[in-house]
Amino acid sequence: MRPPSAPAGPQAEVRHASHAGERAAYARLVRRRILLVAGLGALMLVALLFDIATGPSNLPLADVVSGLLNPSGLDAPSRVIIWEVRLPYALMAVLVGTALALAGAEMQTILNNPLASPFTLGVSSAASFGAALALVLGVSLPLIPADWNLPAFAFIFALGSVLMLQAMANLRGTGVETLVLFGIALVFTFNALVALVQYVASQEALQQLVFWSMGSLSRASWDKLGVLALVILAVVPFSLKASWRMTALRLGEDRARSFGISVRQLRFFSLLRVSLLAATSVAFVGTIGFIGLVAPHIARLLVGEDHRFFLPASMLAGAVIMSLASVGSKLIVPGALLPVGIVTALVGVPFFMVLIFARRERL
Amino acid sequence: MAPLLTLDGLSVFYGRRPIIENLSLTPITGGGVTALIGPNAAGKTTLLRALAGLVPAKGSIRLVGMASPAHPLELTGLPVSQHARHVTYMPQALPQRVALTVFEATLSALMSARSDVVLSTSEAQARALETLERLGILDLSRRGLDELSGGQRQLASLAQSLVREPTVLLLDEPTSALDIHHQMRVMQLVAELARERSIIVVIVLHDIAQAARYCQRIVVLEHGVVAADGLPEQAITPQMLARVYKVEARVEPCSQGFLQVIVDRAA
Repeated sequence: MRPPSAPAGPQAEVRHASHAGERAAYARLVRRRILLVAGLGALMLVALLFDIATGPSNLPLADVVSGLLNPSGLDAPSRVIIWEVRLPYALMAVLVGTALALAGAEMQTILNNPLASPFTLGVSSAASFGAALALVLGVSLPLIPADWNLPAFAFIFALGSVLMLQAMANLRGTGVETLVLFGIALVFTFNALVALVQYVASQEALQQLVFWSMGSLSRASWDKLGVLALVILAVVPFSLKASWRMTALRLGEDRARSFGISVRQLRFFSLLRVSLLAATSVAFVGTIGFIGLVAPHIARLLVGEDHRFFLPASMLAGAVIMSLASVGSKLIVPGALLPVGIVTALVGVPFFMVLIFARRERL
Repeated sequence: MAPLLTLDGLSVFYGRRPIIENLSLTPITGGGVTALIGPNAAGKTTLLRALAGLVPAKGSIRLVGMASPAHPLELTGLPVSQHARHVTYMPQALPQRVALTVFEATLSALMSARSDVVLSTSEAQARALETLERLGILDLSRRGLDELSGGQRQLASLAQSLVREPTVLLLDEPTSALDIHHQMRVMQLVAELARERSIIVVIVLHDIAQAARYCQRIVVLEHGVVAADGLPEQAITPQMLARVYKVEARVEPCSQGFLQVIVDRAA
C-alpha cells in the first residue's frame, strides 16, 4: 500500500519519471500499431497487384503495370482483359473483403461473441434465399434493370435478416446470447427455405443457384464496384467515430453503460452499418463465408482491441485474404476460374494458423 | 459539505415481479463507506444497479452535490450519459478474453465519453496513470487484461471506475476474487478514497466482518426490504443474523476491538 499521495520533492520526481516512461511506452505501442496497419495496407496493395497480374492469358507483370498506368498504350484485347476483367475482379475482391471484415469485426464486438459474423448469423443464408426466389421462381422487382434483379433480391433478404436481428435487439430484456441464438436460428430457417426452393427448382435453375451460392467475383462490374465503394465510404467514418465506445464495450455492457455509453444506441447503429455492408457484398458476389469471421481475429492478434486500430486492421486483413483467395482461385486449377467462395477458407485457414502459432511462441 | 444520496420510495421490478419495493433510506453521506449486505437474492445487486441507472426504477434517487446543495439532482430517469457524470458502477462480473492493456482499458473509460468529461487525450492519459499509481498497479499498465490474476483484474476494474472521478462510487463485491491480503488492500484503499475525496461509496459485500470493519454504515437487505440499518454494532446483531441469515451466531469484539461474527450453526 502506498501512502496517500503527497508529492514531496524526490518522490514527485520519481513519479514524474515513471509516468513519462509509461507515456513513452504507450506512444511506442500506438506507433507500432500504426505501422502494423500500414504494413497490412502495403500487403493489400501487393496482393492486389499480384491479383491483377494473375490470369489464364499470361500477360507479363510489366505489361500489366504499364497497362494500368497508361491504358492507351495497350492493344485492344489486353485492354479488355486488364480493364474489364482483371481490374474489376481484383478491386471487387478487395472491397468485398473490406466490407465483410468490417461487418464481422463490429458484430463480434457488439454481440460480444468471437463466432459472430455475417455468415454465421444468417445474413448470407438470407441472401441465398432471396437469390433462390429470383432464380427459381423467376420473380422480378419493378423498376430494377434485369441484371440487377438477383442482387436486389439478395440485398433485400440480407438486409431483412439483419433488421430482424435488430428488432430482436430492441425487445426489452434480450441479452446478446439470445441475439446470437436468434441469428443461428435464422441460418437454419433460411437454409431450410433454400432447400425447399431447390427441391422444386428446374435442373437449370438449380445449377445456377448452386453456382451463385458458391460466391464468385465474376459478377463484378464497374457500376457494382461503385455502389459497394460508396457504401463502404459512407459507413467507415461512422464506424471509426464509434471506436472508443466499442473499445469500452469490450469491458462489459454494464461497465460501458456506467461510462455513459448508450449501448442500445451503439448496437442499433452498428447493426445498421453491418446490414448495409454485408447485404451489399453478398448481393454482388454471393455467399463468401470465413472472411467476416477470421479477419477480425487476425486483426485482434496483430493490434489488440483498441478499435481505432482494430477496425482498420480488420478491414485490411479482410482485403488481403480476399485478394489472395482471388489469386488462388485462378491458380489452383490452371486455366480455370474457381468460385472464390470455395478458395477463401483454403487460403484463410493457413494464414490464421500461422498467426495463432506465432502468438503461442511469443507468450 | 459532503455530498448526500437520498432514496425515497424506490421500487424495481423484473417483469411484474418486484425485487425491491418502496425502499427508503436516510441520506447516505459522502466521506464514508456504506455496505449493502444480506443473504442471496436479497436484492443487493439490483439496488446497486438501480442506483447506477442500469435498471429502470420507480421512486426517487437524489444526489445533493457539493457544488449546489440547494439543488438536488434527480437521478432516476436521467439519460445514461448524464447519469455517468456523477455515478460509476463496478460490476461483479469481469470481462473475459479482452485484448486490451490495463492502461488502454483505463483510458477507454475516459475517452469513450469524452463529450461529458471534456478532456484532451494528454490529460486523459495523465489521469489514467495517476489512477493506476494510486491503486499501486502502475507496473501493470502495459500488461494485457487477460494476462492478469483475478485480484489484479479487480484492481484494474476499480481503476476504470475511479479514473472517472465519480461523486458516487458503486462497487459490487469488489473483493470476491481476492485473497485475504488483497481484500484488505482494496477495502483500505476504498475507505481512504472515500475519506480523501469525500465521495459516496456504496459497496455490496458478502463478508459481514469485513463490512463491520471498513464501513461506517451497514444496510441489511432481505427480500428487497431494509431489515436493519445503522452503525455496524447497531445493524449486525445475533437477532438480525438469526432472522435474516437463519444462523445462530455470536457478535463479539476481538482483542483489537473489531466486530467479529462467529457462526455456531444454521438455525
